[in-house]
Amino acid sequence: MTRRILTRVGAVLVTLWIAVSMAFALGRLSGDPTSTILGPMASNEQRDALRAELGLDRPLLTQYFDYLQGVVTGDLGSSLQFYQPNLQMIMDRVPFTLQLVGAGMLIAVLVGVPLGVLAATREGSWWDRAASALALLGQSIPVFWLGMMLVLLFAVKWGLLPAGQSGSVQHLILPAFTMALYPMAHIARLTRATMSEVLREPYIDAARARGLSTAAVVWRHGFKNASLPVLTVVVLQAGTLLSGAVAVEYVYAWPGLGQLALQAIQFRDFPLVQAIVVFGAIVFVLLNQLVDLIHVAIDPRVR
Amino acid sequence: MTDTIAAVPAESAAATMSGAPRKRRRTNRTSVFWLALPLVLLAVAVIVLPMTGWLHDPNKQNLDNTLAPPAFLDGGSWSHPLGTGRLGQDILAQLVAGGRLTLFIGFVGALVAIGPGTLIGVTAGYCRGWVDVVISRVIDAQLALPFILIALAVIANRGSSLPVLFLVLALTGWAPCARVTRSVAMSLRERQFVMGLRAAGASELRIVARHVLPNLVGTVVALGSLQVGTAILVESALSFLGMGILPPDISWGAMLSSGQDVLSNAWWVAAFPGLAITAVVLMVNLLGDALLTHNDPRKRRR
Repeated sequence: MTRRILTRVGAVLVTLWIAVSMAFALGRLSGDPTSTILGPMASNEQRDALRAELGLDRPLLTQYFDYLQGVVTGDLGSSLQFYQPNLQMIMDRVPFTLQLVGAGMLIAVLVGVPLGVLAATREGSWWDRAASALALLGQSIPVFWLGMMLVLLFAVKWGLLPAGQSGSVQHLILPAFTMALYPMAHIARLTRATMSEVLREPYIDAARARGLSTAAVVWRHGFKNASLPVLTVVVLQAGTLLSGAVAVEYVYAWPGLGQLALQAIQFRDFPLVQAIVVFGAIVFVLLNQLVDLIHVAIDPRVR
Repeated sequence: MTDTIAAVPAESAAATMSGAPRKRRRTNRTSVFWLALPLVLLAVAVIVLPMTGWLHDPNKQNLDNTLAPPAFLDGGSWSHPLGTGRLGQDILAQLVAGGRLTLFIGFVGALVAIGPGTLIGVTAGYCRGWVDVVISRVIDAQLALPFILIALAVIANRGSSLPVLFLVLALTGWAPCARVTRSVAMSLRERQFVMGLRAAGASELRIVARHVLPNLVGTVVALGSLQVGTAILVESALSFLGMGILPPDISWGAMLSSGQDVLSNAWWVAAFPGLAITAVVLMVNLLGDALLTHNDPRKRRR
């Protein structure tokens, strides 16, 4: 058992190392940022000065090891525009993004799962077609455009909900629904697929033959077995949600991590961008590992 | 879209060789045809229409006629059927010009992701051994990084331009494709015809190039068409955030970005390009799903 845990931890560390190194490589191999930061008019001396300030004049390997050391000790450098430690700024924004992602995921699960189950139990019916159409549409609409149209209808036209900023539950409703559509479509599709396979299993017939109610058969016996892939997707989609969060936070002026990233890009705040990328990469590798752990914890077959 | 990509079973390549029921195959072919037709017509339209001279110049400004509503609303006129933008540009002409660039980005963006992805995936799946271990680890790590992080890292360094956009699309799109082609190549490798070729003394390179890759074409075309949809969505998101196509170039994403500022008094500036993106991505996704079904004997039997 100890051995298995150690291999497991080792594998996580290797994946983390690859992801963190990729973030470094993406930043360095795509070229010299000084011309992007200073613009084409800057003199060579200015560029050299900036390069020295960013530490880009040192040998690549030295930079890489310094960077790794920083990541390990939790030092992600400091911002060019705010003169603050990057990690602290990121942590200040994380609760807002977490709120948005959490609320979006909650809506996605609460709507997507029943929709998928409904479609699977009534395969080929009107419900099934409606759910499939909705799922397909949800994967084709640009998230931020949906956000704009919701603002237009609910905030501008009908004045029911606030269009931007944060602070109350009302402020959360529109952005959370916008965020929810894509994962909801994904979850509904997957739930339908796994449920329709599970419901064909003989043990479902056996449960029915024993006289259990349809609800008990579908939820207690059927969904229990279909829930594992769904759970996996829920956790993994939480990662994809961050990509959506950037656009949604922009549309709704939500003060989360995505806004910070956009500000960093706009002001060519190179160290801050890199810190956000590294932070995100680590979070997602850990989320992926969490999925594996959940599998082991729930499914006796994987053990 | 990732679920459809992930769901491609290893057998899909085998379908191109097995004698599947003729009739079903034909109905599938017609559905693929009817899904592809509007996309082809649209592509022809956005290329031909600007040449006819019926449309306004998409970048021509007219500050006396800004934010004119579409023809079907009060105050609209047929000289600008879909209204005008913030600087008086004709929305219809912009939509056509933007469609040209957006479709181009979708198509090339899919190619730059699918090409390397297929090669890497086949290499891993066919060579196995340590090559496979290394490539699989990199695929996993890559899939763990959401596209926005990669886009941020590259764009922070290189700024925004069309080549950078393609670089981002290639970097984010190769991994899902590599994962699928890897598993298909792995199952093909164990097939009898490959063993037969090997026994007959064919070189490994020849087996891969002449026998394994052709069997992957169906899968790769299906993945490619789904990737077109992804590329269009990525382009629109990045352009919307000011990190993709910038004015004076016009893409549907860039149009959305200019519509954001005037949303409350001129909804049509943002609404039409958004509808266009949704419609095209929906068609492309339907086409990709139909192609996947076409290639998958398991789904076809249903």
